[in-house]
Amino acid sequence: MRVPLSWLREYVDLPAGETGRDVQAKLVAAGLEVERVEQLGAGLKGPLVVGQVLTIEELEGFKKPIRFCTVDVGTANGTGEPQEIVCGARNFSVGDKVVVVLPGAVLPGDFAIAARKTYGRTSHGMICSGDELGMGDDGTHGIIVLPQEYEPGTDAIELLELVDEVLDIAVTPDRGYCLSMRGVAREAATAYGLPLRDPALLDVPAPNSYGYPVKVADPAGCSRFTARTVTGVDAEARSPIWLQRRLQKAGMRPISLAVDVTNYVMLELGQPLHAYDRSRIDGAIGVRRAERGERLTTLDGTKRTLHPEDLVITDNRGPIGLAGVMGGAETEIGDHAAGQGSTEIVVEAAHFDAVAIARAARRHKLSSEASKRFERGVDPNAASAAAQRTVDLLVLLAGGTAEAGVTEIVAPSGPRTISISADHPDRVAGVPYGRETVVRRLQQVGCDVYGQDELIVTVPSWRPDLTDPNDLAEEVIRLEGYENLPSTLPRPPAGRGLTERQRLHRRVGRALAGAGYVEALNYPFVGDAALDQLGLAADDPRRTVVRLVNPLADTEPALRTTLLPGLFAALRRNDGRGGHDLALFETGLVFRPTGDEPAAVRLPVDRRPTDEEIAGLNAALPRQPRRAAVVLAGSRELAGWWGQGRRATWADAVEAGRTVAREAGVELIVRQDQHAPFHPGRCAALLAVIDGQEVFVGSAGELHPRVTKAFGLPERTCAMEIELDLLERAGTGPVQSPRVSAFPVATQDVALVVAASVPAADVEAALRSGAGELLESLRLFDVFVGEQLGEGKKSLAYALRFRAADRTLTADEASAARDAAVASAVARTGAVLRGA
Amino acid sequence: MSAPNKSYDPVEVEALKPEELERMRDEALAAFAGAADLPALHEAKIAHTGPTSPLSLANREIGALPPQAKAEAGKRVGMARGAVSKALAARQAELEAERDARVLVEEAVDVTLAYDRAPAGARHPLTTLSERIEDVFVAMGYEVAEGPEVEAEWFNFDALNFEPDHPARAMQDTFFVQDKQGKADSGVVLRTHTSPVQVRTMIDREPPVYVICPGRVYRTDELDATHTPVFTQVELLAIDEGLTMADLKGTLDHMVQALFGTGMSTRLRPNYFPFTEPSAEMDMQCYVCRGESVGNPDRPCRTCSSEGWIELGGCGMVNPRVLVAAGIDPEKYSGFAFGFGIERMLMFRHNVEDMRDMVEGDVRFTRPFGMEI
Repeated sequence: MRVPLSWLREYVDLPAGETGRDVQAKLVAAGLEVERVEQLGAGLKGPLVVGQVLTIEELEGFKKPIRFCTVDVGTANGTGEPQEIVCGARNFSVGDKVVVVLPGAVLPGDFAIAARKTYGRTSHGMICSGDELGMGDDGTHGIIVLPQEYEPGTDAIELLELVDEVLDIAVTPDRGYCLSMRGVAREAATAYGLPLRDPALLDVPAPNSYGYPVKVADPAGCSRFTARTVTGVDAEARSPIWLQRRLQKAGMRPISLAVDVTNYVMLELGQPLHAYDRSRIDGAIGVRRAERGERLTTLDGTKRTLHPEDLVITDNRGPIGLAGVMGGAETEIGDHAAGQGSTEIVVEAAHFDAVAIARAARRHKLSSEASKRFERGVDPNAASAAAQRTVDLLVLLAGGTAEAGVTEIVAPSGPRTISISADHPDRVAGVPYGRETVVRRLQQVGCDVYGQDELIVTVPSWRPDLTDPNDLAEEVIRLEGYENLPSTLPRPPAGRGLTERQRLHRRVGRALAGAGYVEALNYPFVGDAALDQLGLAADDPRRTVVRLVNPLADTEPALRTTLLPGLFAALRRNDGRGGHDLALFETGLVFRPTGDEPAAVRLPVDRRPTDEEIAGLNAALPRQPRRAAVVLAGSRELAGWWGQGRRATWADAVEAGRTVAREAGVELIVRQDQHAPFHPGRCAALLAVIDGQEVFVGSAGELHPRVTKAFGLPERTCAMEIELDLLERAGTGPVQSPRVSAFPVATQDVALVVAASVPAADVEAALRSGAGELLESLRLFDVFVGEQLGEGKKSLAYALRFRAADRTLTADEASAARDAAVASAVARTGAVLRGA
Repeated sequence: MSAPNKSYDPVEVEALKPEELERMRDEALAAFAGAADLPALHEAKIAHTGPTSPLSLANREIGALPPQAKAEAGKRVGMARGAVSKALAARQAELEAERDARVLVEEAVDVTLAYDRAPAGARHPLTTLSERIEDVFVAMGYEVAEGPEVEAEWFNFDALNFEPDHPARAMQDTFFVQDKQGKADSGVVLRTHTSPVQVRTMIDREPPVYVICPGRVYRTDELDATHTPVFTQVELLAIDEGLTMADLKGTLDHMVQALFGTGMSTRLRPNYFPFTEPSAEMDMQCYVCRGESVGNPDRPCRTCSSEGWIELGGCGMVNPRVLVAAGIDPEKYSGFAFGFGIERMLMFRHNVEDMRDMVEGDVRFTRPFGMEI
């Protein structure tokens, strides 16, 4: 809502020196979001005067037609002689009254005016358009042609009210009444403690039976319908400058007198109105729901098929308007310029149901000034006043005559009351306001208040948002000033700190960052293209995605089922920006629907849902596990004066998995695997033991070359992804302290030759199980492949450290343990002790 | 070695003569002093203290003396050997110190050589900022609550008093999830705020409830310098007997002081949210200029555009209708809640100029933020 300060002053006697910024501060404190104060005519300096065009000489030979004019500007130019002005506009004739800016003046935008040579003549000033004066678009882009009644030389700055301040207010959905001057004025009056001149307080004739016939078939949708008729309207009449200017400042375009008047009254009182050309209505006006298949062409020229829930205005032929949203083209007030001027006007001031209008506006994607107001609640009691005000203005400005007939259909409704304890606002705020203050503030809002300790509050008709005790508490507290609330601290019960799960998530982030990975938080949106590029099989569960109805990009309409595509994009972006040695990680949710989720039902809100109902809602949601993932490319360690660098490999990716698992207290089991998007020979399945079962928790390795290519990644990019929720379940609880023996260690090295296909993990497991309790640690220190071993063989060299808790081991004991370990490896993996 | 001398004649044991012992001692001392380095000293050591050195040999001769002469000779030999070994140790220490000094000089390196062998990792500042805010409240006794990002409309809207056709629902720019027919009737959305976690928490727990809910939320905004369709909210909920707006104000004041320094304050302005009543917009004092730039063109403040205040987010007293939907008795309990997007806080707290930097994953942006913020 744009509120010109000059207009606001018509209803409230604000202090004379009060600026827009001052009023803004007051209204903001009262809860109106005044986003900015626009300074109209800032920097404007005269002389800017009314002129009358005396002569027009068309200048030839230029790219566009140019006129050399003489203009009578009275004595404003100091000489009283005609002013010579060159002008490029053509929408005026000799004798027209125009706005002339004279040399020495400054127009908005620091545009200084001086006599200057142009098109071979000297122009002593300019004939002005609305744009040049900062008046806003009048739709013509031509110069302003004024009504004849103004004398040449009259100051146009004052005449056109060019200097003003406009408050731009973002009205929240609960404050529909502030979509009117009346509503904003009420807030301003309260904020300043000044009386309000309520523009809705008008004498309105009583309804009678000879007004324009109206039938309301749906009183729930239309609780009130006032119809008034004005005849003898001068179709040639134009809106006076003051009215046009107010509309322009409020952000609306002047169109024709009848339309301008209805818009003006809507801005003033908040009541949307509609003006019909009586000659174009066929019979009684009706209000009903649309019938299936009915059609209507609205004022914006769009042909619309109506929905059975749409509330429509009808005449004998059918729908002539989409109630509360937009009128129909058929009964539109005619354009006098097109020779179709209307002389008999029927004015509609009706009250429509907020929900019905909201739905219709959304269905037809048609948000209008009217629908915006009805959705937020219009004062039903202002309808007859608004109709009266419209009639008055049509009579005053267009020479019309108000017909005596007054149609008013009102569905019975009582005033709404709320009962609250007089100290309820005190208890909400934590401030002892006292009953007297509470009552006074509620009365300022427009409520009637009765009662002592328990108040019976009748809320005003323009505040449909006031329904609950807390609504009334808010009114009291905001008028007393949020800024005056004290600052106290509640005392929560002792908390338990972060949960194990939350601590795990933090640890994982720190561990990966400590290992050199940089966190990236990627959008979770993916498209089928990414799933294809990952090389997922047609039946891969990662292809079962949550799809959005209204994605930001049609190419990415779904939610991620894996963190990898997002990390790939971030890796590619870094690579493209010249960073080639990269290690990134992300932790976040992936979305894993089964595809069979039922729809979530809309549960009631007047009670807690049952556990079954909640379970039903949760069943409608996809599984949303939290994962961690990394991608690596280039060097893990850089080359430098210290020596060689080291490329990131599959082993780093697997180690990243171990790093994450270690934070969860989980020793990962690593198996050879073939799993998209990984290189089939360089892919590890990561498993953990949960409830005695080995469970797949993630993958790691080098990416498949095709995947690398498809995503535009550096060659040999490696990645890891692991599910934190599973790791959390695999954790073995608090670490059990080892017993640290101070007796000497006995070290034994063994080299085992096995078939190349035997996983090292199996050999290690066999050694461990055979070595027995004396084994303190075991470490693979070399892998060797060579001719002397024979085709398809590899040698694995392990260092075994033995130690006893209670004695120094003898050489024989250590050797026996080593032999037992080797025997186990021989038996379980076919290993041969090298050099034996 | 001589056999024990049965016929005592001290004069015949030449080596044990005092002047002879003195000579041996002096020769040894001279040899040590003359040893230029540790190997030379080692040779001198063997020559003058080894088993075949004159003093060692002399020592052996003592056994050949008659008992009455042994003590006298032993004393003399012992004194000579003592002086020799003392001199040896001193010279040894001297030469070792010289050697060490020389070696350490030789081993000197240029410690200013750059060493970026393993580049450092870092956590995203949105993660660490969120944690920092969580920690402020955890220290007060709050707990951290979480919820799903793909959420039922009932939790995201209905239970929070967004009526089905209320304009407030349209304000939220919601991403809707397709149902099996590809229509918007799944009743499931990407949560538009972290407030559904409030509802889940109230349903799950008995009051009193004091929780903080950080998380990702989604709105259909296009990404630009100041908007991102995926952003991070931190939401707070307190439900207890007798909570007031003054408690809300105090809690906000505490938060901004914990995050931005003592003396900081907040300002509430009336606003509207369906799930709180009364509702307010919350601003914090500008932590850079502390309001001194207001009306002071000589000291403009970029952080708050010389407004003196920085908009943080929305807050209010939990609407009793929300309590009812979550099964909490509004006659007995009241509560307050607030929520704000931490992207904006990151921008003004750390001078981030463009929100796109937070979503692009460029390591050059993230790395300087390190592990904590």
